[in-house]
Amino acid sequence: MIARILSAFAFLGLAGLAHAGPAVDAAAKQATNWHAIIMFLIFVSLTLFITKWAASRTKTTADFYTAGGGITGFQNGLAIAGDYMSAATLLGLTAMAYSQGYDAYIYMLAFFAGWPIILFLMAERLRNLGRFTFSDITSYRLDQGTVRTMAAISSLVVVVFYLIAQMVGAGQLIKLLFGLDYNIAIFIVGILMMIYVAFGGMVATTWVQIIKACLLLAGGTLTLLLAYTQFGFSFTELLTKAEAVHKLGARLMAPGSLLADPITAISLGLGLMFGTAGLPHILMRFFTVGNAKEARKSVLYASGIVGYFFNVIFLMGLCAVLIVGQNPEFFEGGVVGGKLIGGGNMVAMHLAKAVGGNMLLGFLAAVAFATILAVVAGLALAGAAAISHDIYARVIRKGQATEKEEVRVSRFAVIGLGLLAIVLGIAFEKMNIAFMVGLAFGVAAAANFPVLILSMYWKGLTTRGALWGGYGGCISAVLFVLFSKSVWVDVLGNKAALFPYTQPALFAMPIAFILAYIMSKSDSSPRAKAEIEAFEDQYVRAQTGFGASGASH
Amino acid sequence: MSSVMYQRMRVNPKFQELVQKRGRFAWTLAAIVLILFYGFFMFVAFNPALLGQKIAEGSMWPIGYTVEMVLFVFFWLLTLVYVRRANGEFDDLTAEMIKEAQKLGEGK
Repeated sequence: MIARILSAFAFLGLAGLAHAGPAVDAAAKQATNWHAIIMFLIFVSLTLFITKWAASRTKTTADFYTAGGGITGFQNGLAIAGDYMSAATLLGLTAMAYSQGYDAYIYMLAFFAGWPIILFLMAERLRNLGRFTFSDITSYRLDQGTVRTMAAISSLVVVVFYLIAQMVGAGQLIKLLFGLDYNIAIFIVGILMMIYVAFGGMVATTWVQIIKACLLLAGGTLTLLLAYTQFGFSFTELLTKAEAVHKLGARLMAPGSLLADPITAISLGLGLMFGTAGLPHILMRFFTVGNAKEARKSVLYASGIVGYFFNVIFLMGLCAVLIVGQNPEFFEGGVVGGKLIGGGNMVAMHLAKAVGGNMLLGFLAAVAFATILAVVAGLALAGAAAISHDIYARVIRKGQATEKEEVRVSRFAVIGLGLLAIVLGIAFEKMNIAFMVGLAFGVAAAANFPVLILSMYWKGLTTRGALWGGYGGCISAVLFVLFSKSVWVDVLGNKAALFPYTQPALFAMPIAFILAYIMSKSDSSPRAKAEIEAFEDQYVRAQTGFGASGASH
Repeated sequence: MSSVMYQRMRVNPKFQELVQKRGRFAWTLAAIVLILFYGFFMFVAFNPALLGQKIAEGSMWPIGYTVEMVLFVFFWLLTLVYVRRANGEFDDLTAEMIKEAQKLGEGK
């Protein structure tokens, strides 16, 4: 039955893609890119085939949320890297390196430095205490109903904002790369995501991530190698030439305007580092491996891949300064230094075209599309788990729901989130969504991370403290972003921002920690006493992994 | 059942040894990363010009880029060091402890 529905969807999806191309008007979009479409169709067919296989192995809740814990450390490392390297990483950071130079590299280190911290302080306790979602850990010895609800709400806030950012980016990107209509692109992404996750659960989502991570690494590396040969693989030659032509000149490789103000720089560093440690779809990946050993290996591989790839795309951006930036073919009207065709985010694509022709351009475009699909699939699964595992099974049904019921609810939740993503993706098309990823990281850093780390490390955390800390961090992060320039001025059109900084983490994180501390310390209820006593057993399990859920197959 | 096991492990001196050794190791590595990372960000925030200078007269390698590239590699090597020790020494100690706690159960 499932197989038949899948085949039908696959056929519809492919047929829709194939016919959508020629019908769109070419004025606002690139010409239909057949190389890219064919390569993307190969990717989609392969992943749908995997989904069909995964669907036959997805029966229990453990299969659905965590692939039965049967993913190896290396596979999971690739999948985590896949989750973490979105299309925004490939396109946005290359573009940033191209236009701002060194600032992009500073961002990359901030994106990277969270990983060692996650490994040293969190990975093994996460794996030893959690089962399906990180709320399993925060509510381990605290009140199930209220603490889980809080953790699920802040997870969903992160997931929805991140999803909107990805969907809008996807629509605009696909319009440019494939010459497809924005709305069609949004529907394709939304529907494929629903198929992967609803039928194939974590097994399919993981394999989509793994394939995509390999394609992304291959595409990026190949483009860089081809580009770098033009400079004889000499960094000195590349930099000498790039500084000679770039508008920043000798300041190309110095910190620039983006981090001019110290508070913004530190707040950004905090937000990216600890936001990573609070992203629900990343945290969920720690439960897909069999034990803490594999969880540690996952981070080792993931951070190696992410670090390598950041260095690749930074160099890609620098190569593009000369190869793209000096070539009239890539500028509107052929004016070098004018507006890039397709906008700033097209730097990586133009570079691929310049060094590898239409084949490489098509390949990289297909990879970018695949990247978006994989990231939204991971997000949708994390969101669905918050709804079905945390809210439905644990809070509403108080653990009395059968596996079958829970899996069914999670499938409906995926469909619901998919439809929501499509609707919001279309609604936000014309809006400036630059703030949304920042908001997602802000809430992750200020609401998810503090409560999670305290619940694992601080004996004294009580239900009251967790609730105040979690809601306090979540609400303050949202308000700081709302009142900052990126929303208050750029989106809502007010004259001046109420909150002077664009990055909320430096302010919202202390609010969460302080509230959690004060409200726990002043909590003298009998429940709080029992919760503090329960820490001892939790502590032994966190340290040894004894009693942790193992691999089911 | 679990609670009894946890109690037995908690009183095992090996548990204290594991917790102390691994805790100290993890926090030391984390402190190194945090100090280097935020130390570097202090330079970004308060002395950006320095990071833009070349490492030596006549070289094209800027200080900031070079330092940061070293940090990328160094942070990753720290994760390698941690994973090797935790997956070897610390996990062996954990396995021993669990075995001892289970034996204690059989003896009674």
